[in-house]
Amino acid sequence: MSGGVDSSVAAARLVAAGHDVVGVTMKLWGGESDTGCCSVSDVDDARRVAQQLGIAHHTWTFTDDFERHVVGPYVDAHRRGATPNPCVECNRHLKFDRLTRRAWAVGFDAVATGHHARIVERPGGTRRLARGADRAKDQSYVLYMLDQSTLARTLLPVGETSKAEVRAEAAALGLRTAAKPDSQDVCFVTAARGRHDFLGHRIPLRRGVVVAGDGRAVGEVPAVELVTVGQRRGLGLPGGGEPRYAVAVDVPGATVRVGPQAELLAESVTLGGVTWAGGPRAEQVGAQCSAHGAVRPATVEPAPGGGAVIRFDRPERRVAAGQAVVLYDGDEVVGGGLAT
Amino acid sequence: MPDRLTYLDHAATTPLRPEAAAAMAPWLGDRFGNPSGAHRVARAARQAVDEARDVVAAAVGCRPGDVVFTGGGTEADNLAVLGVHAARPGPVLCSAVEHEAVLVPVAAAGGRTVGVDAAGRLDLDALAGALDPDTTLVSVMAANNQVGTVQPLPDVAEVVRERAPHAAVHADAVQAATWLDLPPLLAGSALVSLSSHKVGGPQGVGALVVRQGTPLRARALGGGQERELRSGTHNVAGIAGFAAALAAVLASREATAARVRALADRLASGLVATVPGATETVPDRAARLPGLVHLCIPGIESEALLFLLDDAGVCASAASACASGAHEASHVLAAMGVPPSRGAGALRLSLGWSSTEADVDHALAVIPAAAARLRGAAA
Repeated sequence: MSGGVDSSVAAARLVAAGHDVVGVTMKLWGGESDTGCCSVSDVDDARRVAQQLGIAHHTWTFTDDFERHVVGPYVDAHRRGATPNPCVECNRHLKFDRLTRRAWAVGFDAVATGHHARIVERPGGTRRLARGADRAKDQSYVLYMLDQSTLARTLLPVGETSKAEVRAEAAALGLRTAAKPDSQDVCFVTAARGRHDFLGHRIPLRRGVVVAGDGRAVGEVPAVELVTVGQRRGLGLPGGGEPRYAVAVDVPGATVRVGPQAELLAESVTLGGVTWAGGPRAEQVGAQCSAHGAVRPATVEPAPGGGAVIRFDRPERRVAAGQAVVLYDGDEVVGGGLAT
Repeated sequence: MPDRLTYLDHAATTPLRPEAAAAMAPWLGDRFGNPSGAHRVARAARQAVDEARDVVAAAVGCRPGDVVFTGGGTEADNLAVLGVHAARPGPVLCSAVEHEAVLVPVAAAGGRTVGVDAAGRLDLDALAGALDPDTTLVSVMAANNQVGTVQPLPDVAEVVRERAPHAAVHADAVQAATWLDLPPLLAGSALVSLSSHKVGGPQGVGALVVRQGTPLRARALGGGQERELRSGTHNVAGIAGFAAALAAVLASREATAARVRALADRLASGLVATVPGATETVPDRAARLPGLVHLCIPGIESEALLFLLDDAGVCASAASACASGAHEASHVLAAMGVPPSRGAGALRLSLGWSSTEADVDHALAVIPAAAARLRGAAA
């Protein structure tokens, strides 16, 4: 229970269905936080909802693994000029690994979360993750890594429900989280201090030169580590003319190359560390390359070493290294991995 | 709900003693009064507070006028550390295994910590080395709240007197008060903190003993109650309950300590014999408080173990109770040199005045099974 409305209603539904439910909030982060899974007020909300539902509430401390698998890699990705996926890594290593292992060890049959996604049963007893009924709130993208053994012991009680209905149900039950705003952005980076300040305390941030295709300096950025391929704003470029985008970020060389949108286009992307819902196989898929990005028609082909090559049906905007790419067959997740 | 409830977290808080409940009842019913007033209702309340002050003074071995009632042990610790520092700024020291109620104010005053040995006992040589002739305050707890180690306070006072004659010794006796004969232990301590709910009184009451001549500046300013050292209307019911609990402790301390020590020893021996790899963190039982058993169990996580114990009706803790409910790595175990891998499986079982043989039987039935289950799941 994160202290948000979705996990509150998920818990309420399981209690109403007669399950033996215990609420758990993960304590992941000891530093500053606006909201998300870690602040004291969110733990308070989760506990108060649990009290209202008449279930025990526990706080489990996984700050060590959060640092190891989420915050550390987030910082390291910036240092390398790659795009981090803290929410994906938190699900992979914390919610659906450390927490589920403990839950199973102490005797629970399943772990339920408030994610907007569904688990559909397929003939032969296998399962697939699928998009939530509320397409605008769908979170299947950040859960692509769930494998068969995890899916078999995972419940997503609000996946069939729209966010508006979840809020209405919370309000009808009198849950204090009914009108709580959705969590936004990276939970361990505060809005007030920002990414620049957070990273600046952990790694040296260096000024970068912005160059045009011909190598001519055209601008400057305060921190080359914070520039993402595809970025248009904040590159210190004079206004007017054809829009120019960051098309290459060279962190060691402290250089950002800009170019027209056409230079951002790519025919394909190669993924590493791929999870396959039904085993590796070549097929036509819809590839989603960011948390709420459009689905791009593509063909997937397994590659050696646990990878995959995604060929877009027509050139698409380049996928930044490190970005998660999730492959869909209709609403069902067939696989996913990180862009190399 | 489990069939049986076994409470083994008396170091966090111990059940209200019936004597305390009886002493409080009138002040939660017909009787009331602000002790600072000038009429018969006020005078009656004043008498209750004065009588309570005599009991605390007798327990600590100080003059009644030295007792300052506070809103708890943490407030007493803060008043001692920050109050001395405000009255006489200078270097401040404390042991590395103090409760956060001392550690955090000492850090705020720019102070330093002094290390302990593997059993959690203060390193007196390190203390001597850390003392400066200008040192103003040395804070060392009478007994540790996590592992139960009793500190050599008379020796501490001796070293301080030699090396820093102007320094005041503060002793956090919050855990020790239930079990130890305080006057000889605390004779050299200018300041002593006590907490009501650790001795069987209500929560939200405590006391700081401030012996005559100790420089101390108040933190809570206002009406000037408690010799102007702690302003605020007295919690008469709480103070009466605190004193009644303390009086009950004093009346039967040795017998209770002997009875509980036998229970704790049986529990510790039983667990060491039945939980593979489990060790007592302070192996010398005479060196720790009678009611405290602290174990490190390799290969399991405290949080998971506590979950299973809770499920089976055994209430225990990993280190000490914490506001967020989350468990942080113990600074006490770190200071004792316990490796994090062993500290990860820490279990504190603290017994108290209401503990019984049946509690020990239940714990001995539940804990080895829970540990085995977790070890099996991890494999």
